Amino acid sequence: MNFDFSDDQKQLRDQARKFLAEKCSPKAVRVVLDGKAPYDKELWKGLAEMGFLGVAIPEEFGGAGAGHLELCVIAEEMGRANAPVPFSSTVYLAGEALLIAGSDAQKKKWLPAIASGEAIGTLALFEGKGNPSPKNIKLTAANGVLNGVKKPVADGAIADFAVVAARTGSSGRDSDIALFLVDLKAAGVEVKSLTNLDPTRGQAEISFKDCKAEPLGAAGEGWSTLSQMLDRAAVLCAFEQVGGSDRALEMGRDYALDRIAFGRQIGSFQAVKHMLADMYVSATLARSNSYYGAWALSTNAAELPEAAAAARISATQAFQHCAKNNIQVHGGMGFTWEFDCHMYYRRANAMALGLGSLTYWEDQLIDRMRKKNAA
Amino acid sequence: MNFDDTPQEAEFRATARAWIGANAPKQYEDELRKSSLGRTVLKNANILEVAKAWQKKKADAGWACLHWPKEYGGRGSSPIERVIWQQEEGPFGQLSRMFIIGHGMCGPTMMAFAREEHKRTYLPPLASGEKVWCQLFSEPAGGSDVAGLRTRAEKDGDDWIINGQKIWTSGAHYSDFGILLTRTDPTVPKHKGLTMFFLDMKSPGVEVRPIKQASGASDFNEVYFTNVRIPDHQRLGEVGDGWNVSLTTLMNERSAIGAAVSTGFPELFEYCSSLMLDDGPAIEDRAVRSKLANWAVKASGLKYTSMRAISALSKGERPGPENSIGKLVAGSMIQDVATYALDLQGASGVVSGEDAELAGRFQAMLLRAPGTRVEGGTDEIMRNIIAERVLGLPGDIRVDKDMPFNKIPTKGRG
Ligand SMILES: Cc1cc2nc3c(=O)[nH]c(=O)nc-3n(C[C@H](O)[C@H](O)[C@H](O)COP(=O)(O)OP(=O)(O)OC[C@H]3O[C@@H](n4cnc5c(N)ncnc54)[C@H](O)[C@@H]3O)c2cc1C
Repeated sequence: MNFDFSDDQKQLRDQARKFLAEKCSPKAVRVVLDGKAPYDKELWKGLAEMGFLGVAIPEEFGGAGAGHLELCVIAEEMGRANAPVPFSSTVYLAGEALLIAGSDAQKKKWLPAIASGEAIGTLALFEGKGNPSPKNIKLTAANGVLNGVKKPVADGAIADFAVVAARTGSSGRDSDIALFLVDLKAAGVEVKSLTNLDPTRGQAEISFKDCKAEPLGAAGEGWSTLSQMLDRAAVLCAFEQVGGSDRALEMGRDYALDRIAFGRQIGSFQAVKHMLADMYVSATLARSNSYYGAWALSTNAAELPEAAAAARISATQAFQHCAKNNIQVHGGMGFTWEFDCHMYYRRANAMALGLGSLTYWEDQLIDRMRKKNAA
Repeated sequence: MNFDDTPQEAEFRATARAWIGANAPKQYEDELRKSSLGRTVLKNANILEVAKAWQKKKADAGWACLHWPKEYGGRGSSPIERVIWQQEEGPFGQLSRMFIIGHGMCGPTMMAFAREEHKRTYLPPLASGEKVWCQLFSEPAGGSDVAGLRTRAEKDGDDWIINGQKIWTSGAHYSDFGILLTRTDPTVPKHKGLTMFFLDMKSPGVEVRPIKQASGASDFNEVYFTNVRIPDHQRLGEVGDGWNVSLTTLMNERSAIGAAVSTGFPELFEYCSSLMLDDGPAIEDRAVRSKLANWAVKASGLKYTSMRAISALSKGERPGPENSIGKLVAGSMIQDVATYALDLQGASGVVSGEDAELAGRFQAMLLRAPGTRVEGGTDEIMRNIIAERVLGLPGDIRVDKDMPFNKIPTKGRG
């Protein structure tokens, strides 16, 4: 047993951290935050050059062929830097969908484009209120033609292609759901940007009107592929959330050492110390749960569904907890646009919803634990 | 990252499993499995005797205190082998709770500070459970503020004469030896005038008086010292260096206790899996599921945090202050879990003991839990440790830090 990343993986993490510290300063993040660009194109290009976009993509499809543990350590750094790029949509969702269910031709077409940074991908799943569920998918697919509206779609306005979840039948079974690959420049696609909690990662509404689409994976397996995708993305997002939690904690700690009130560093007041200690506790629990998720993801273990749900819940809570208390530690300064605290607060709360809310994952976790105990 | 056993680990596991299968006191397995924090565990047997017999059997076969060196009664095992052993020992491991202070704190302190001949004399019978040890630190005047203690040690020839009082001493009533922190110089600041010893609890002048706890049990005691003589060779560390020696004990305490505290979660999950509420199975209730999920990720987070610590240990890193989170999280969790289990029982939750649901398991947990948040350092002290030693925040302001001990104003209990 060895419950830690290898030295090589840690080295990769250091490399990613250094790269992002240089190319993704808070100032660079703000260009996107302030609406001056939809995402950081330079950074995106740089990430491709570093090989980070294709780290878990096999070499035959243009990737580095490393693996998912390597992707986890990079994800942590993306979260720490609050990177304003469509990394999660493209790599964790679209990329993983292709790896799980793509035909050889589909993989050949899209995976190298992902790895090289030429194509941005996303998942079009949600249709308004509600959590992932077959019954919430109303968009129809008939004869290879899609009709319906998806909203919100993360990074939808900048994506080149989307994996779209559609309904092909009305039996009420999971097999009614199928996945499709859609080139978003195709006829019948209309995209509208939506303002959202975290402008550093855009959201869009996408309408499909008699839009041609090619199936991704077997017809009746859309929902099972989707659940696998969500589990895998849950682990990877958890690492981003862990990175974000750590950064928020660090910012809070640094400010507590810096700021003087009543003639003392505010970090010498026990209420502040204990708030920071609790942030450390939640970040640590999240990190440990995420490591277990990483192990399950990288070995495709039977434990993955349960491990993914636990990582998801724990990391979501930790990031929200650390981001909100980081603002509290900063006092009035923390509530200014000028300070960076709100960027993490926005990201934490947006990420808490992206793959389905906590309620959804709590349900998933308990179902999976029950199944395990029954077995 | 790898959760599978290496071939050597698999072999170790198989050997351990076979030995436990052939030797464990099976007749108590069911009771031990169902016991949880706060419950007196065996109905028809003296738990201390059962625990001692199991420990002795383990020691004779080389399975006691696995990570200790062989010459002190251990097995010289790796941290991971220790974990494998605990997994295989399962419910029988509950029995070693009787020795946690000796094995977790006194033993390591002896190992670090006692003379070689004392280590060879005293450690093997401690490992084998033949001799039980206790930790005599806390006093009416010094609990969180350990260095505020007043028990005096005065030199008399080759001996020291001890006078004073300790309090909350767990297991003193069945202990053979104890490690004792005393004040040897009241004229210097409080951290500088302390000295550590070990002593025979049967020494003339030692008097143990059990204290009844809030839970109704009597696991801890007051211990009075009247002109107790301790030979100088039983001193641990230098005269005046007792604070440093005690830090070794306290550091070990946090990892020993932190790793051992249960969260109550497996018990609650099992309970909710079979419990029927007015409108259906508890496990299908939205609110119940949400609570369970939140506790589930805390429990798993703690489990994997300790596995990360073990991986670090096996690479030769030292256990650090981050081990404080185990008890901090588990302590309040078990209290909340017990409260919730009783809430689910409705009005009948008030009944405790044998007539209650599950023979009063959660009621017992509820009544014991407050002690868990205090013993081995309170929640507040744990948070201070994390804030100061992990995050590097300033220490609390200590107005008495540089004052000679005998000039510090006193008020309060004691
Ligand atoms: C079940 C049990 C078993 C025990 N077994 C042993 C044993 O075997 N041997 C032994 O030596 N001791 C033992 N103890 C004693 C235990 O270590 C102390 O009770 C504990 O350290 C707290 O000290 P105290 O009781 O003096 O509380 P106090 O120090 O008086 O604390 C009272 C309150 O003040 C808070 N407080 C104190 N200082 C600070 C601070 N600096 N910052 C913030 N808050 C603070 C505490 O958190 C607490 O809420 C045991 C206690 C219990 C409950």
